[in-house]
Amino acid sequence: MIRFIILQNRQGKTRLAKYYVPLEESEKHKVEYEVHRLVVNRDPKFTNFVEFRNHKVIYRRYAGLFFSLCVDITDNELAYLESIHLFVEILDHFFSNVCELDLVFNFHKVYLILDEFILAGELQETSKKAIIERMGELEKQE
Amino acid sequence: MALSGMRGLSVFISDIRNCQNKEQERLRVDKELGNIRTRFKNEKGLTPYEKKKYVWKMLYIYMLGYDVDFGHMEAVSLISAPKYPEKQVGYIVTSCLLNENHDFLRLAINTVRNDIIGRNETFQCLALTLVGNIGGREFAESLAPDVQKLLISSSCRPLVRKKAALCLLRLYRKNPDVVNVDGWSDRMAQLLDERDLGVLTSSMSLLVALVSNNHEAYWSCLPKCVKILERLARNQDVPQEYTYYGIPSPWLQVKTMRALQYFPTVEDPNTRRSLFEVLQRILMGTDVVKNVNKNNASHAVLFEALALVMHLDAEKEMMSQCVALLGKFIAVREPNIRYLGLENMTRMLMVTDVQDIIKRHQAQIITSLKDPDISIRRRALDLLYGMCDVSNAKDIVEELLQYLSSADFAMREELSLKAAILAEKFAPDLSWYVDVILQLIDKAGDFVSDDIWFRVVQFVTNNEDLQPYAALKAREYLDKPAIHETMVKVSAYILGEYSHLLARRPGCSPKEIFHIIHEKLPTVSTSTIPILLSTYAKILMHTQPPDQELQKQIFTIFSKYESCIDAEIQQRAVEYHALSMKGAALMDILAEMPKFPERQSSLIKKAEESEADTAEQSAIKLRAQQHTSNALVVTDQRPANGTPPVSQLGLVKVPIMTNTDQSNAEQELPHPNGALTVVDPQPPSTPSPDLLGDLLGPLAIEGPSGTSPQSDLGVASGLDGGVAAGALAIAPVEEQTNTVQPIGDIAERFHALCMKDSGVLYEDPYIQIGIKAEWRAHHGRVVLFLGNKNTAPLFSVQALILPPSHLKMELSLVPETIPPRAQVQCPLEVINLKPSRDLAVLDFIYKFGNHVVNVKLRLPAVLNKFLQPITVSPEEFFPQWRSLSGPPLKLQEVVRGVRPMPLTEMANLFNSLHLMVCPGLDPNANNLVASTTYYSESTRAMLCLIRIETDPADRTQLRMTVASGDPTLTFELKEFIKEQLVFIPVPPRAPAPAPAPMPPQALPPTSPPTAISDPGTLLAGLL
Repeated sequence: MIRFIILQNRQGKTRLAKYYVPLEESEKHKVEYEVHRLVVNRDPKFTNFVEFRNHKVIYRRYAGLFFSLCVDITDNELAYLESIHLFVEILDHFFSNVCELDLVFNFHKVYLILDEFILAGELQETSKKAIIERMGELEKQE
Repeated sequence: MALSGMRGLSVFISDIRNCQNKEQERLRVDKELGNIRTRFKNEKGLTPYEKKKYVWKMLYIYMLGYDVDFGHMEAVSLISAPKYPEKQVGYIVTSCLLNENHDFLRLAINTVRNDIIGRNETFQCLALTLVGNIGGREFAESLAPDVQKLLISSSCRPLVRKKAALCLLRLYRKNPDVVNVDGWSDRMAQLLDERDLGVLTSSMSLLVALVSNNHEAYWSCLPKCVKILERLARNQDVPQEYTYYGIPSPWLQVKTMRALQYFPTVEDPNTRRSLFEVLQRILMGTDVVKNVNKNNASHAVLFEALALVMHLDAEKEMMSQCVALLGKFIAVREPNIRYLGLENMTRMLMVTDVQDIIKRHQAQIITSLKDPDISIRRRALDLLYGMCDVSNAKDIVEELLQYLSSADFAMREELSLKAAILAEKFAPDLSWYVDVILQLIDKAGDFVSDDIWFRVVQFVTNNEDLQPYAALKAREYLDKPAIHETMVKVSAYILGEYSHLLARRPGCSPKEIFHIIHEKLPTVSTSTIPILLSTYAKILMHTQPPDQELQKQIFTIFSKYESCIDAEIQQRAVEYHALSMKGAALMDILAEMPKFPERQSSLIKKAEESEADTAEQSAIKLRAQQHTSNALVVTDQRPANGTPPVSQLGLVKVPIMTNTDQSNAEQELPHPNGALTVVDPQPPSTPSPDLLGDLLGPLAIEGPSGTSPQSDLGVASGLDGGVAAGALAIAPVEEQTNTVQPIGDIAERFHALCMKDSGVLYEDPYIQIGIKAEWRAHHGRVVLFLGNKNTAPLFSVQALILPPSHLKMELSLVPETIPPRAQVQCPLEVINLKPSRDLAVLDFIYKFGNHVVNVKLRLPAVLNKFLQPITVSPEEFFPQWRSLSGPPLKLQEVVRGVRPMPLTEMANLFNSLHLMVCPGLDPNANNLVASTTYYSESTRAMLCLIRIETDPADRTQLRMTVASGDPTLTFELKEFIKEQLVFIPVPPRAPAPAPAPMPPQALPPTSPPTAISDPGTLLAGLL
């Protein structure tokens, strides 16, 4: 299962963090700091997987943003790697040509999208269309 | 750039972005927080829109890393807002700021439940999402039925049902009992007929969790999973939106194949055939393509298919296809694929008959050990470790040693541990093993844990043939400049014991040995000096006839350290000095170390213990438990052409030392009084739970019977001789009774279990007894897990519970036989009748071969398990505290001999005992106030209040006041806390019951004299 998702920029600023396991505040800060350090300096030619404590971080870089998923050691790495990409495609579609600033100013929308995509640390919906339509429904209600 | 739609929020975000530095940012944030605080204080003036805006701002501030605890309440309260926009914010922000352990969340349970059972679909979705993401046990217990209803409801949209599936998964992970297997397995199977792939994806995740716990109940899901796979593989009835780069939902394919790995086999021939067809297609039809995403997705499916094929023990042909694929993968340039190739090859090792094929790739794997990417290096190391056996151990270990010097620090410790284990498991000869370990210490001393050098000393001690060689090697290393301190330790130890075997070689006279070791003394730390002193004493002893000059030098050193500030060094110096004065008698007193009793290598144990933490038990692990042959036990199946089989523990050659034989013989005699030893050998000054620790204790100063290791054995058993003695008394004389030794310290395990609810209670080479407990009010449900670790069954298993008078305990039937490598679960129901600190005992008997083993184990059904922490506000606390005015409801005592600890540590200790520390209630910072609720049948739920006043000048004493509405409870709780705070020395191994640390004064009438007649209590006292 996914233990947490973190979006960070190269400087280590957290743009989104969602934890599916209970962690203390201080522990969250530590995790975010460590994950950033772990992925930021990796060569693009390296694998997208790094061991992290008892788990594994699957990460992918898009421009200056790192999307990191922490999953169980036994989980299917490539499947999670592609789920990051699917998430990015959804964001891209929703914001039409997403950039970091979109995510900063609309962080609350990003949380909404994420909640339609992942729940309880598992993938909930893998259809881009279904999620975009759902977001449309929700926006109407606001 | 899309704007947030809330101007105030956007402006604030812009402001933050325009801050030049952290300081400015902090100022801006503080200003905003101040503003939010004042606005919320005066809530009446706030419009719903403003509330929403402020809560979003808080979340943003929280993301920047600032503390917004004050706003938790505001976020939670928005959940009950009547309109969607506010409610949505409440739900989302709450699930970001809080986690399942926050008390505030309880406040929301009712609202959340109302939203779940209500008619508003949007609200249902919000509520399910919150529970799915942060719901805890309490949510599980109160909401599971409602969530199940939604999941199977025919009137709900898929949108709601997929959320319900994953929400239920969360609740199930928090408490598996909320899903009733009998009722649910059919429903689960029906869910798999779902056409909507969103619901199906979510349901499949739920199924994986369910089958990983209990595959038997979900048999009917197996063919359905195969159907789903067929549907996806043939791309039938898969809407376009669910294909990803042309691949029908790779995620659902992966999950489905994961679920199938939890079923031991596929019995039905038709289903099996269909499944293999699908798998064959995946194996053959996955090509490398240019598009990265497509490539990743198809390989995600391929690797999962490989795992499933391995699991199903497919036909040989298919297997070799898999190995061939993996062989291809570990050589490709694409790093992710290479990584996965290595990882899966490691898993493949578990399949029989493929080791040889994998070995062909050894050179390629070793190249990956030098890859620039640490992730790949780690996988290569794991694989090399797994594939190592007698045939290639020399090559692999030497490769690891070579790599050690250039490896990055992050890997060195693991690398040296693995090299040490392989060297031990597969050594073609023992001198090679010694070479490897010494090289290891030489190259990476900082990363060689004590266990590693303890182990080599053990081997050398136990193998006479090895001793001159080891001594020679140690002597050679001492010539090197600047050797690592661990090397000083190990060489000093070995030379102390065996340098006399080298006496005729050049440079090896006692004097020379002494000098070369003594040269190192100024460079070593305090922990090494005691070892050197022992070495000097041993050198003196072996120098016959005595060399006056050497003696003088050594005596000078001893007298110098007699006034050393370190107690250990001082004691050794004084003792050795005095002993050395005895001249020839020294020989008898300071004899050579006897052999160590054999036991499982603590290194291997260490490697086995480092388990990954995963949501579902790994399918591979489960499989490994079912099969007897896995990578860790390949020792059992040596090739016939290899060296003669040497079992993991059996590196010891035939013992020749006569005095050990005698002591063995002595060990075999059961002593009539049941005590382990009659002659009490001088116990080591610090009894260590692990025999390896002996090396750090003073060297064996033996009594005439030479039973030093035995004395340790008693201590090591952790039950102060009780266990070992019991086992001995029962075993017939003619049997070879190398008494079954518990692994790990029983007392320590017990204490650990007093603080947590699951773990190992007892372990020996044959059996492991685990415990998992749940406590609710005055009820408890403890499950005993009896696991047979062997390939032979355990017979005559008996478990008897001896409950103290205040506990009602009912153990379900324990089977008489535990099949090989099986685990049986025995639930034990506990009801707490009244307050007491007495302990329940598990009297456990089993037979393995001719051994009858009987252990008596304290059960962690202790007082604090019936406590539930509770926070008390000052308004509640003080009236209560005052109303409980004095004895017997409120007792005060000055406690002396307290383990000195900082107040924060004490607070942690209290919290871990379920005594909730309430900071701020006592104005004096040196005091500590705690509250808790105690549950028993007689007292019902009863509030207990505790106050500790410490004296910063003297941490060994404190004043404790305990109050509750029940005199017995007050007394028992006070005594209980005292026991936790006071340092209780381990009572000497005496047959007499250890006196309970009860104060003679102030025994209330309820303190049970009846308990003495209680068998459980009596035993617990003894243990």
